[in-house]
Amino acid sequence: MNAVTEFNVKDLNFYYAGNVHAIKNVTLPVYKNNVTALIGPSGCGKTTLLRCFNRMHDLYPGNKYEGEILFKGKNIFSEEIDLIDLRSRIGMVFQKPTPFPMNIFDNIAYGLRLKGIKKISDLSERVERALNHAALWDEVKDKLHASAYELSGGQQQRLVIARALAVEPEVLLFDEPTSALDPISTSKIEDLIVNLKKYVTIIIVTHNMQQAARISDMTGFMMLGDLIEYDNTDRIFTNPAEKLTGDYITGRFG
Amino acid sequence: MTRARKRKIEGVIAMALCTIAALMGLFWLVFILGDVLVHGIKALNMDLFINDPAPAGVEGGGLRNAFVGQLMITLCATLIGVPIGVLGGTFLAEYARGRKIARLISVLSDIMVSVPSIVIGTFIYAVLVKPLGHFSGWAGAIALSIIMIPVVLRTTEDMLRLVPWTLREAAFALGAPYYKVIIQIVYRGASTGILTGILLSIARVSGETAPLLFTSFNNSFFATDMNKPIASLTVTIFQYAMGPYESWHTQAWAASLVITLSILMLTVIGRLLIKGRLGRR
Repeated sequence: MNAVTEFNVKDLNFYYAGNVHAIKNVTLPVYKNNVTALIGPSGCGKTTLLRCFNRMHDLYPGNKYEGEILFKGKNIFSEEIDLIDLRSRIGMVFQKPTPFPMNIFDNIAYGLRLKGIKKISDLSERVERALNHAALWDEVKDKLHASAYELSGGQQQRLVIARALAVEPEVLLFDEPTSALDPISTSKIEDLIVNLKKYVTIIIVTHNMQQAARISDMTGFMMLGDLIEYDNTDRIFTNPAEKLTGDYITGRFG
Repeated sequence: MTRARKRKIEGVIAMALCTIAALMGLFWLVFILGDVLVHGIKALNMDLFINDPAPAGVEGGGLRNAFVGQLMITLCATLIGVPIGVLGGTFLAEYARGRKIARLISVLSDIMVSVPSIVIGTFIYAVLVKPLGHFSGWAGAIALSIIMIPVVLRTTEDMLRLVPWTLREAAFALGAPYYKVIIQIVYRGASTGILTGILLSIARVSGETAPLLFTSFNNSFFATDMNKPIASLTVTIFQYAMGPYESWHTQAWAASLVITLSILMLTVIGRLLIKGRLGRR
């Protein structure tokens, strides 16, 4: 199943403003239509690494990348990359749900309208499809024009996933998407992520090791900016090559 | 005397002092509002709104010129001050966020808010009225807009800062350019707050007299030409209250009532907006 690579990360180094070395010489392939989990203790750089894939760090001055992330054969840090295009192909879901201050329909349609889709019939069709993919359609189909803030936290998170899916991205980045949710909402989102890998490549940062074990195909363990180990999830959780990885997943530190 | 007892007495004294101080403040407030209300209501009539002033000393007439002038000056001040204030606040909270220049402008605006308005009036007198050689409605509107700008700018900045960063990141992550993030997401999230700031700034300038004395001055005739001196309620109140005629005094009371009620209304709407906004969160 690990056939095609979606990303090739090569010797990636990342420095926050003030020359804080947050990602150190990370090299890994990310496979297409897989779920790749990044785990590690707080401050290990897993979120920082995730935010390199859609160049979120560009929003803040003074940050610096070195090395490459190849996406469709092109380095995403090269000059010719159009950030707006890149980000519409690589979606992101954050730790806390981020519904926009507008109704449910407009939330989902937001990315579509950015892409220049204006016809209401096209929008409606794609909004419905995205909500279906995010397993939210049945719960909201009667109140598409209600404010997104009226939904529960778990529903809001699925709304945000639907919004990201609506623009038909090739990759979805998840930054601890369930850490603010209750167990039932969490399991819904986990099921959703497993289903979604049919359509998109998924990279997920998680604090929850059981979650990584349950839903991911590949797992990377990071510490202090280094990628300690990267392998099949089964291998990482049953027979890790590195002692550090074993110590972490058995809860000896973290 | 036990320590507990001593503390209790001290507590009672402190409370008594605070209560007296609060009552003192409240007394004058009620006194002023009550006085304006009592005198103003007696003087209110339709003539006030539909007639222009009668010749000095003659009974009757109204203040149509001042009502219209006041509205025009305030409207023009709002049209000048609000865009500059909102865009300036946007610059500080978004484009220049975290930079020294943003901090500097913020602090300067805070100082501007407390500059006595007569200073702004004399400033506009020096840069506009004197060189042009005549008072004008525009000069008044610009003076008022200068008072509005720092108020609108600072509230806009504060309200935009309250919009969580993750919301902007979420929009960026969908491929939105910054100006669309600001207009479609951030402004929408902060709209009630910004609107409240605008209303309160209008309320603030509606009661200004000093800057208008030096700029739009006054006009006893009905005028809508903003290039000429133009009447305003506040300057008219000033002039009529100081004048020798009883009819002027009555009309000044009526004008005071109208302007007080308008400002009160703006402020109450502003407060209600803030409350509604906080209640929703």
